[in-house]
Amino acid sequence: MSARFDVAIIGGGLVGTSAALSLARSGRSVVLLDKGFCGAQASGVNYGGVRRQGRPPEQLPLAQRAHGIWPELARLIGIDGEFIRSGHLKLARDEADMATLEAYAARVAEFGLDLELIGRNSLAERFGWVNSSLCGASFCAGDGHANPRLVASGFAIAARRTGVDVREKTAVTGFLRLAEGFSLETETGATFSVRYLVNAAGAWADTFAALAGEPVPLTRIYPSMIVTEPVAPLMSVNIGMEGGGIYARQAPHGSCIIGGERGAVLENPDFSRPTGEGARTIMNRTAEIFPALKHAQAIRFWSGTEGAMPDRNPVLGLSSTMPGLIHAFGFTGAGFQLAPGVGEVIADLVRMGETNTAIDAFSIDRFFAPTTKTARIPYGSGAGLLPQPEKTGVPS
Amino acid sequence: MKPAPLIVGAGPAGIRAAATLVRAGLRPVVVDEAPAPGGQIYRQPLVPDGRSPEARYGSEAGKAQRLHAEFAGLLNRIDYRPETLVWNLGQGAADLMHAEKTTRLAYDGLLLAAGATDRILPFPGWTTSGVFTLGGAQIALKAQGVSIGERVVFAGSGPLLYLVAWQYLTAGVRVAGVLECAPFSAKFNLVQGFFHEPRTVLLGLRYAAALRMAGVPMRFGASDLAVAGETRVTGIGWQEGRRKYHLACDAIGFALGLKPETQLADLAGCAFAFSPRDCAHLPTRDGAGRSSVAGTYIAGDGAGIMGADAAERAGERAALALIEDRALPFDAARAILLEKQLATMSRFRDAMAKAFPFPEDWSIADETLICRCEEIAAGEARAAIRQFGSTEINRLKAVSRLGMGRCQGRVCGAGIAEILAEESGQSLAAVGRLRGQAPVKPVPLTLLDTLPEAAE
Repeated sequence: MSARFDVAIIGGGLVGTSAALSLARSGRSVVLLDKGFCGAQASGVNYGGVRRQGRPPEQLPLAQRAHGIWPELARLIGIDGEFIRSGHLKLARDEADMATLEAYAARVAEFGLDLELIGRNSLAERFGWVNSSLCGASFCAGDGHANPRLVASGFAIAARRTGVDVREKTAVTGFLRLAEGFSLETETGATFSVRYLVNAAGAWADTFAALAGEPVPLTRIYPSMIVTEPVAPLMSVNIGMEGGGIYARQAPHGSCIIGGERGAVLENPDFSRPTGEGARTIMNRTAEIFPALKHAQAIRFWSGTEGAMPDRNPVLGLSSTMPGLIHAFGFTGAGFQLAPGVGEVIADLVRMGETNTAIDAFSIDRFFAPTTKTARIPYGSGAGLLPQPEKTGVPS
Repeated sequence: MKPAPLIVGAGPAGIRAAATLVRAGLRPVVVDEAPAPGGQIYRQPLVPDGRSPEARYGSEAGKAQRLHAEFAGLLNRIDYRPETLVWNLGQGAADLMHAEKTTRLAYDGLLLAAGATDRILPFPGWTTSGVFTLGGAQIALKAQGVSIGERVVFAGSGPLLYLVAWQYLTAGVRVAGVLECAPFSAKFNLVQGFFHEPRTVLLGLRYAAALRMAGVPMRFGASDLAVAGETRVTGIGWQEGRRKYHLACDAIGFALGLKPETQLADLAGCAFAFSPRDCAHLPTRDGAGRSSVAGTYIAGDGAGIMGADAAERAGERAALALIEDRALPFDAARAILLEKQLATMSRFRDAMAKAFPFPEDWSIADETLICRCEEIAAGEARAAIRQFGSTEINRLKAVSRLGMGRCQGRVCGAGIAEILAEESGQSLAAVGRLRGQAPVKPVPLTLLDTLPEAAE
């Protein structure tokens, strides 16, 4: 006998748990299924940047919605997740970088990020711990950083406390579109029958999109981080760099966390590790950009698995083939800050079938050519009724 | 041409493995953190200090000299890299750090003989200045001719407890007491041990007798250890049943046996399983020392605590396996003999594990620091377990920072597992193990690169 819920969410990352929490708070019954532990993948092991600066304009409405939620974490999930509104400083190596930062500031002026452009002298004066050879920076005072391990676990706990049936180590093996809603099968044998289904499976979401007849070009990337031993307070802001290469923040207990480069996938492609060469590159770069860390030691490296879309924008919105199915994945490089906002958008989509936040740019059908799209609607998009439920399953 | 095999560790297992590979015509790279070969047990002084091998190694002087000499004879037939740390492994290569420079070495065949470290559980005051591990106390004496104090108490469990106390006594240090956490009754298991290795048991009894003769108080069933002294050790308190005791001292050597150094096996991708005898998750291996990863072999205490004599044999046996797997001629009869000897030694080790059992009910007060690097007390650990419903040790680490600091759980891991098991009502086996992450030990950010190389 299938357990009945209003909503099933595949994936216990930040997107899934924040959606679960939002839905449960508005009285929906929710089951959340994760193949492992909630927050154990990208949501819990990402860098921890809570940043709007540098995002493409189409992501900013969503980022602004999330921006309003971050300071409310303590009220929402019971812990602040070490969220600090420190500001985000994006460094420019040279005049060309600086010009790019200036152009970006002009382009996103209407969104209210309040970016402040900082010249060389002012950078040295205000951020003396940054290598003085840098050319300048753009500062976003409202951005910050937080501890992903705490935030991801915190949302999962809060969801559970609010009544969400959180099932860890329960991999979804397949789902069926029924006349009304979906039926789900899991590895543990538990089955569920639900009105709405949310695909928040992160780097594993392409499998579920494919089951809905919506194959997407999701690839996996493995960002890699290093952590220093705890040092005296140094980095007062979250650091990024125009053109990439390094990002850095100092956690409240003193360790600096520095990202850049990519890890290497292990035999089990769900896991990855930083490469020695990659880690050394970030370490050396750190010592160069932050001279005060020249004598610090690296005590830990890690890497995680993120799902990325080719255009660097996420997939967020209703399925183009199956009514009642909502996709939310592919947030690489952006997911942590966005996730609390995404959870609310998903809840809007379940409750009202639409949302006031602009998400058109993230529609899944942007990956399908119009002709293909028409040909690929065996389920009768929007009809909601199928003559015969068609069994789909994850190939093993 | 294939790259050479890489041996990590130049203790008894690593030395014997190197000698065996050389005999088969191979030229292994031998990487070791220490400045001179011998491992911890046969560690050599940093500078000549005039002490004889007998004074330094006691009853084991002959073995130490033989291994040191054997290694010296190999020097021009191996690629020996002392003072070198393997800080990362992956994709068939090892990242080696020497003098703040790093190089990436490709290998064909990896033989891990990484040894062991002291196993400790926290007790009030364990981080006070003047508290050392038993192994640390022994190294200070053996390699540097230094005592950890003038009036020293040794506490904990394991054969090392009596050996180190005896070595300190012989070196002329005042040993204020030996506090064994296991009950005296556990020592009857030595009778069974005597059957397999009479010499080892007799040696142990000799140490105990010498301590007794010298009037050193020797206590059994000591529980609830507590260090006295604010900034420095001034004494140690303990309980036997309900009775409380106290001894004045200025230094304490403490450990509850040894725990294998398994980080490299973890980075190499080896499968692990819980070993009830060692109360730890250990890399799995066959009788020859083959891990679950093809071409990766594990020998010596780094695979499971068996002691130096077994490490020599396991090192040789694993090297024979590597030779066989490379389709080179190997001595099959010798391999069988070694495995037979190792099986006997394993039965001895069963008896020793019962004679020096890992405490089952080590209570850790809420105020006691459990993770020294991150400064987290047991009470905070328990609160995190309750708040996040933790059942698995890596998830607990993620929400609490336990085991995240400089030691990466090498020191605090056993204590964290103990608290998580107790608080979540699970066994030590069920809470899992802290996953190994590079760097195996801290490395400087300014680590310089040298050209990648392949062992020849």
